[in-house]
Amino acid sequence: MRSGVFDEVDVSARGGGHVVGVSRLDACLQALRARGRKALSAFITAGDPQLSVTVPAMRALVRGGADIVELGVPFSDPEADGPAIQAASERALAGGVTLADTLTLVTRFRAEDERTPVVLMGYLNVFLRYGVGRFCAAAAQAGVDGVIIVNMPPEEAAEFRVELLARGLALILLVAPTTTPLRAERIAECASGFLYYVSYKGVTGARRPDAAAIGERLAALRPRLGGLPVLVGFGIRDAASAAAVAPHADGVVVGSALVETFSGGAVENGAVENIAARLEAQVRAIRAGLDGV
Amino acid sequence: MRKRNRDPYDAPNAQGRFGDYGGRFVAETLTHALDELAQLYAEVAEDAQFQTAFAKQLEDYVGRPTPLYPARRLAAHAGGARIYLKREDLNHTGAHKINNTVGQAMLAERMGKTRVIAETGAGQHGVATATVAARLGLDCAVYMGEEDIARQSPNVYRMKLLGAEVVPVRSGSRTLKDAMNEAMRDWVTNVDHTHYIIGSVAGPHPYPLLVRDFQAVIGTETKAQCLAAEGRLPDLLVACVGGGSNAMGLFHPFADDDGVDIVGVEAGGDGLATGRHAAPLSAGTPGVLHGSRTYVMADDDGQILETHSVSAGLDYPGVGPEHAHWKDTGRAKYVTVTDAEALAAFRLLNRTEGILPALESSHALAWAVAEAARRPATDVMVVNLSGRGDKDVQTVAGIDGIGL
Repeated sequence: MRSGVFDEVDVSARGGGHVVGVSRLDACLQALRARGRKALSAFITAGDPQLSVTVPAMRALVRGGADIVELGVPFSDPEADGPAIQAASERALAGGVTLADTLTLVTRFRAEDERTPVVLMGYLNVFLRYGVGRFCAAAAQAGVDGVIIVNMPPEEAAEFRVELLARGLALILLVAPTTTPLRAERIAECASGFLYYVSYKGVTGARRPDAAAIGERLAALRPRLGGLPVLVGFGIRDAASAAAVAPHADGVVVGSALVETFSGGAVENGAVENIAARLEAQVRAIRAGLDGV
Repeated sequence: MRKRNRDPYDAPNAQGRFGDYGGRFVAETLTHALDELAQLYAEVAEDAQFQTAFAKQLEDYVGRPTPLYPARRLAAHAGGARIYLKREDLNHTGAHKINNTVGQAMLAERMGKTRVIAETGAGQHGVATATVAARLGLDCAVYMGEEDIARQSPNVYRMKLLGAEVVPVRSGSRTLKDAMNEAMRDWVTNVDHTHYIIGSVAGPHPYPLLVRDFQAVIGTETKAQCLAAEGRLPDLLVACVGGGSNAMGLFHPFADDDGVDIVGVEAGGDGLATGRHAAPLSAGTPGVLHGSRTYVMADDDGQILETHSVSAGLDYPGVGPEHAHWKDTGRAKYVTVTDAEALAAFRLLNRTEGILPALESSHALAWAVAEAARRPATDVMVVNLSGRGDKDVQTVAGIDGIGL
């Protein structure tokens, strides 16, 4: 059925018509597609375990071969995340990291890197408290390129979407294995930047994705997705899993495996440079796996 | 079905909105299961056969109707209005929670789910879920914060006797909100064969609607019983509010009865001024938690705050969205009672009426006793005695310095 809750969402605003030129995220994904290359999006949590670590870590991800950097916005109740990203959020919150701090980190990263798209990923309450309009303005100013709000399905995204698109920021929405084809089509109409396909039913980092099942599902959905790039996330943690999934998608997202590198007092026990070097090596290995596809 | 015909209480709408509150703020993976549940519920809500079967189970298994008991010595002690207690503590398993779990178990059966999960704070909802699971032969896992496991150990053992797996939750504040996070994580993983029995009028649509409807038997009975005893409706309804299911169950059938005042009592903990409380309606702000937009206790960055209450069942930073709506429209008033006041009411009801109330219900009692004194003897008040206090004996003994 075409009528219903999606009617509230004005899909005519698609594409960030208020902004001149192609956004950094769209340009990145278009260039990768033109070169037949898979996108690698690398996730770490902002301020984990302290603010000084994050920008050097983001730079290391890029050096290792990440095309997009995803910064997790810490939240007290990350209900869709597994233990690794929960722990990262707790470490960051123990240090008092806020959404304002996260935006400051992006500003600092942007001062050194104008090219790599940055996407924020978090839970709605933090953004609501900051103020949707105020956040979108500040995010655009800081150099954020898109947001993923895990617990904001398209039905609840109308206000956020208008504010994001008015500033040329992407609203990246999730598609899950349980999403019906018709609903996937509606989601794709509301989304911009890319679609985030959740590889299995479960929380982040819980298990290995089933590449064949993902391939089958995405092949069926593709004609309905309006040509939006699809990145697959959840459970992709190394070169092998990335290489297995990548042929079915435009790219992959790696999160829990990178975040684990920050755990167990890793930063306290070693210099920031060591963490950065380990992250860079991790990403480089995954990049090699992807490029072999 | 009760006839609903008057704005603004003809809620929720198709999107699960109660005014500005409610909705469905969940990760995409759960949307399909919630759609299925909403569709099934819409069918059974209009299905006379289902409703008759539900009523029959409440009668045969739960022991309904529960009495509306005139608490004469308590009222005499208060000095003022007449006080009736709606005796939900006399239900099978000792609280109102079983009304909802019986209904949701019927939904789980219809959907062909073989496993149910639940979150629990005081353990009453966990016991009520484990009970219906045992009765239907369903697998059952109950998520419970480590801190709550420590303070509600009798209920933990009861759940195990019923064959449920009690899963300790060690994340965050280790109380009810964290148990709910963990239950959502389980559900998103096992959604094909598992039904999540949410225990309050909270969570994503359609839970606030269906839990309210399953609990509305409390208010429907109260209405008939009060008319029989007094020849008129009560002047005031009082119930404690954590997530708010016993309260909404009592209140909702009276939504359109303008002469009936409605008061929800939140957990004031050590007092609102200390910040150590669990009173989002009284001291929180609108936000999004556990699938719905409602009042929440959060800091300036939107992080959910840890709550405090002597009562595990009220120790929750959110509240059902319909209560949020009723606060804004003014249909109900929300107040707080401190730990100390609730404990005094707990003791008072034992000594005046020979009834051991749950610490949760003791919050409603404490406010009602104080309010009764401010009202004339011609006024009629109904207090929802939502659960019995056997589970709290150890906690109160501990406060008295007695080890059991």
